[in-house]
Amino acid sequence: MVESRLSWKRLRDNKVFWPVAVLALLLLFNAIFTPGFFRLEIKEGHLFGTLVDILNRGSIPALLAIGMTLVIATGGIDLSVGAVIAISACTATVLINPNLATGLPTAAEMVQDITYTPMWLLILVALVISALCGAWNGLLVSRGNIQPMVATLVLMVAGRGIAQLIVNGQIITVYYTPYYYIGNGFLLGVPFTLFIVLAVFLLAWLITRKTAIGLFLESVGINSRASFYSGIGERNIKLLAYTFCGFCAGIAGLIYSSNVRSADANNAGLMTELDAILAVVLGGTLMTGGRFSLLASIVGAWVIQTTTTTMYALGVPAMAAQALKGLVVLIVVLLYSQQARDGIGRLIEGAGALLAKKGVQS
Amino acid sequence: MKQRLKIDRKLIPLLVTILLFIVGYIYGYSQYNGMRQPQAVFNIFIDNAFLLITSVGMTFVILTGGIDLSVGAVIALTTVASAHLLEKEGWSPALVLPLMLLMGTALGAVMGSIIHFFKVQPFIVTLAGMFIARGSCFFISLTGVTIGDPFYRQMALYQIPIPFFEKAFISINVVIALAVLVIGIYLAHFTPFGRTVYAIGGNEQSALLMGLPVARTKVLVYTLNGFCSALAGVVASIYLLSGHGLYASLVELDAIASVVIGGTLLEGGVGYVFGTLFGVLIAGLIQNLVMFNGKLLSWWTRIAIGALTLVFIGIQSVFVVTKRRRIAVEKRARSNNRKNAAPG
Repeated sequence: MVESRLSWKRLRDNKVFWPVAVLALLLLFNAIFTPGFFRLEIKEGHLFGTLVDILNRGSIPALLAIGMTLVIATGGIDLSVGAVIAISACTATVLINPNLATGLPTAAEMVQDITYTPMWLLILVALVISALCGAWNGLLVSRGNIQPMVATLVLMVAGRGIAQLIVNGQIITVYYTPYYYIGNGFLLGVPFTLFIVLAVFLLAWLITRKTAIGLFLESVGINSRASFYSGIGERNIKLLAYTFCGFCAGIAGLIYSSNVRSADANNAGLMTELDAILAVVLGGTLMTGGRFSLLASIVGAWVIQTTTTTMYALGVPAMAAQALKGLVVLIVVLLYSQQARDGIGRLIEGAGALLAKKGVQS
Repeated sequence: MKQRLKIDRKLIPLLVTILLFIVGYIYGYSQYNGMRQPQAVFNIFIDNAFLLITSVGMTFVILTGGIDLSVGAVIALTTVASAHLLEKEGWSPALVLPLMLLMGTALGAVMGSIIHFFKVQPFIVTLAGMFIARGSCFFISLTGVTIGDPFYRQMALYQIPIPFFEKAFISINVVIALAVLVIGIYLAHFTPFGRTVYAIGGNEQSALLMGLPVARTKVLVYTLNGFCSALAGVVASIYLLSGHGLYASLVELDAIASVVIGGTLLEGGVGYVFGTLFGVLIAGLIQNLVMFNGKLLSWWTRIAIGALTLVFIGIQSVFVVTKRRRIAVEKRARSNNRKNAAPG
């Protein structure tokens, strides 16, 4: 009896357990109510199916969640990731064909399948600009001592304006076919975006778990001043977290613009910052900072994507699906609150004790 | 002497805002013909009446050190719900208006209770509230609904002439907004509720230890903000004479920016409801300047408001830093005194 209670406690304290449990519940719901949800087909050597679709579309929230986890671990928040997605998407697409933004291109110039900037260079430029956006946030927070929510709010409000400036107010369409591969391609039969998520996850994992930086992030999140007095460069740690978050948003922007084959400064990555924050919260990282789990955040992102896809499968209109998403999030957040957790713990232990008593009696 | 200095420092951000508004207006006056009409100023009020109402509610929330991201969505929900009930269900405005206000108030109360009793961050709860409210709009109607109700039309078209100005007028919405502002100022500065709000923003723990009704006040502040955003939604549906789920997107950011530009400290505890009026006016003025310029595209409004918010946050952080430094100096002086006193 004691042992089973111990293992339950260990399970309950494991960060990955809760998001996985929620995900399992969602999948169970789909297994019953959504016909064909688990069907997988192989077409032209690629895997097709709703699950693959969720993994592919979930890559953007997953990438954002990785960056956001580090920021939230320092006790901060980054509201500007949606705007950074727009900036990154606009930068990359405008470099492919600057004529679309500046002059009045002829029809032949518009649709030509060439790029004016080498692919590696435009990816590099977009990522560097995104990382600089993140660094700007980081500087405001760490050097300017401005509340993170407010500091990143500035870029959230102004960032879309900057993206509009980059593309000169145009919606840029991409006609360069190799660029499509980033968001639509398949490698070894599974979406290429999965490999991108895996690579970024490994990078973040190596930085935070194989060096002391992860420990520093948590210590800054738990008590910034105490960390400073223990000799941790808390300012640089914060700067690093925000810069990395901007970098992740930049990659997400590339995937987004490649997936829809265009960049719209007004709508690229709209509301994604909310998805990213929710993914991290679902992953059990406290908004006040401290202990974090990258894997749990990624599972959280998949939970959100599964919820969205389930809504679509049930025929809920895209915009209305938000309401149910909000409801799911509210319930999960309430379940995570200490009050509710204690209540559930007592309930289960009470039931366990009751069962044990019955067992003794019989 | 010392007392006067203290008051001055608190007023600095507000004074800067008022000065900026006057300078901006004079610039517009000298540059654009259209700005010279007195009606241009009144139009800023007419166009931003709903922003002013919701910003007054937001001021209270921010004064307690919280935040409410759901206001834009609640405004949109109010416009859609009233348009649907008036047009599709044929309800009377006498029934719809109180129902809408009740709905917003209830939403605010629920969010406030969750924030306080479950100790969830305001940011997350109101974010979920925003999702729920925005999404609910589309359960009611996927497309925009026009309001043809005679009462609403009359409210929208009625012009109140301004004395001493020729051909200048304001709408009923502006009267409602100014009434909300006056009530807000009264609540914040002349009632025990207002003093508790400031106390919570200054230090919640201390407020609790002082025996102030922290729980009731915190829930009430979000309830009040819910009421304000519903009222703003009613005003918006009168102003726009239609309802759509995409109305008032990003209004929560405009409201927060207005409160900050109006000189309220985002950490809570410091600020004036009156300042929020000028925050809203500056946002409206920037909009007008960009519009009258004609060459600048609308996105410059966003960049300008973002930059202005940053400047004001800068002013605030200087204010906070100097205050902390002063406290530190005073502490050091006190401990030195004690040290000096000890041997003797």
